[in-house]
Amino acid sequence: MGTLDSILERGRPVTDTELARRADWIRLQTVELIAQAGLGHYASTFSAAELLATLYYHVLRINPADAQWPDRDRFLLGKGHVATGLWPVLADLGFYPKEWLSQFGKVGSPVNDHPNMKLAPGIDFSSGSLGHNLSVGTGIALGGRLDNRDYRTFVLTGDGELQEGQVWEAAMAASHYKLGNLTVIIDANGFSGSGPTSDAMNIEPLADRFDAFGWRVTEFDGHDIAALKKALGDDLPDPSFGQPSCLIARTEKGHGVEMFSKQPQAWHLGLLEPDQQADVVAEITKRMELSR
Amino acid sequence: MSAPTEKKMVDVFSDVERETARTANPSGYAVTELAAADPRVLTLSADLSNTLAEFREKFPERYVELGIAETNSVSVAAGLATCGFKPYIFSMAPFGVLKTAEQLRTDVDYNHLPVRLVGRLSGLAMGYFGTSHYAVEDIAIARTLNNTTVIAPADAASAVALLKQNAGHDGPAYIRIAEQVPAVYEEEPAYEFGKWLKIRDGGDLTLVGHGLGVSLAVQAAQQLKDEHGVEADVFDAAYLKPFDEAALADSAEKTRNVLAIEDHSVVGGLGTIVAETLAKHQIQARLKQAALPAADLEVGVPAELYEHYGLTAATVTTKALDLIRK
Repeated sequence: MGTLDSILERGRPVTDTELARRADWIRLQTVELIAQAGLGHYASTFSAAELLATLYYHVLRINPADAQWPDRDRFLLGKGHVATGLWPVLADLGFYPKEWLSQFGKVGSPVNDHPNMKLAPGIDFSSGSLGHNLSVGTGIALGGRLDNRDYRTFVLTGDGELQEGQVWEAAMAASHYKLGNLTVIIDANGFSGSGPTSDAMNIEPLADRFDAFGWRVTEFDGHDIAALKKALGDDLPDPSFGQPSCLIARTEKGHGVEMFSKQPQAWHLGLLEPDQQADVVAEITKRMELSR
Repeated sequence: MSAPTEKKMVDVFSDVERETARTANPSGYAVTELAAADPRVLTLSADLSNTLAEFREKFPERYVELGIAETNSVSVAAGLATCGFKPYIFSMAPFGVLKTAEQLRTDVDYNHLPVRLVGRLSGLAMGYFGTSHYAVEDIAIARTLNNTTVIAPADAASAVALLKQNAGHDGPAYIRIAEQVPAVYEEEPAYEFGKWLKIRDGGDLTLVGHGLGVSLAVQAAQQLKDEHGVEADVFDAAYLKPFDEAALADSAEKTRNVLAIEDHSVVGGLGTIVAETLAKHQIQARLKQAALPAADLEVGVPAELYEHYGLTAATVTTKALDLIRK
């Protein structure tokens, strides 16, 4: 099989139910990986689970057999601490063997708490230091235009990440260069590491702020699969459009597990006790079975 | 344009003619030459467009102005580099490495991306504008970046030569431009990657410099010979990372006296490189520095500041004599 035979095109058919189940599968995999590593970011990953599922199983044009294929859509995980939810997805799609997941968190592993583009195929750029990746994405989008390629560049940021000044330097540059091939998705779960995002430093009104910076802005429920498919797929303007797009996904930190969503702060970073983990897995598994 | 020996400030915000660009704006001149030969060369400017006047005219589509936003410029360049481009970022040295150290480390260096940062107006070149505009700690920071080549050309001809040579090296680089320094070379010198040029063969002591320090070493070596009969090894230490460990160790082993000359803090630059190398090779030698003190610095036009801080041929000569007569 040639490497071009493995291209996964944009808008691949998938039902809303399948994507919702895929999001829950990401949650289960995240719980397992964190248990293996001994510490991890549950609640932030859970708020982004539907986003990751929709991007990788419906939206992105990617090529697992040739991760560096020049025409692939790019995905940059600005909020790098959510990589735990991305690793099982990339393994499932065939970017690397599933056995790699058993190395998660170990010395020498290519997959760790934050993504490293030098180590893991499918990672378009390393992240971990918040605020960088919208700038990097701006560069990649500019590069696509210079090379006359029609790929799209997506950058997923947290809402707390928007407190970094560099984000707004990038926001200025992307609209200045009218980068319609660039989309920022904000996982607006309302919490940063130490509390409610806007208690630390108010970031609202987000839509007005990005609008004032010259972006096309849409806002929707980030756990509503139908809304995600629409905003990330059909509604996204052609890359030649004269404005970058800002998609504000209103999410719930810790979504999908009551214990997490009730106490999102406590589960920003942590490790479930075995009995807690059993309850969490049971809650997610039950929902997945009901949707069958 | 004025040389630092004249008591005037350097103006990099006015366009210069192509005839003078080679000497007055060597980095802008060189990158235009490189772009003509390689369609993947891009320039990014953090509000330093005059340096790139000719480049903009010849390759407007390959010029990206990013405004007064250095951190964004570095990360944007990293993104472009993942697409196979070779971005050259032009910024004022004080707002280059110092302001963007974390973006250079995390986005460029750790990812081994071929992004070049060209810092004009390094050291005390912006003297009169005040200490915020000094770049005297930049080498100390840049040389801790594992995968980044750090280059400090001695003059215009060497800046052109080193930019051309570095274009063939795949990886990040910081190129520190010494502004309007006296010419050391009549023609573009031939450098080897990571090697120092031995400009003069002496044996009584070792003079090493980069940037302005090279012309000071050359002038001092001549004075030492003419007036004192002292013969110095003189090295152009343009490559600060990797640097020419063997050349330094060999010379120091022989002379047992090393004077490091640089328009940079005494902390973390060439003087530190020499000290580390002497220690590593267990060479017993005396080391002196002609550099800027690790202290609050004065403000003034560069020529007066260099006099004040002893970055003149006369002071270097005196320090050299002190060193060998101890």
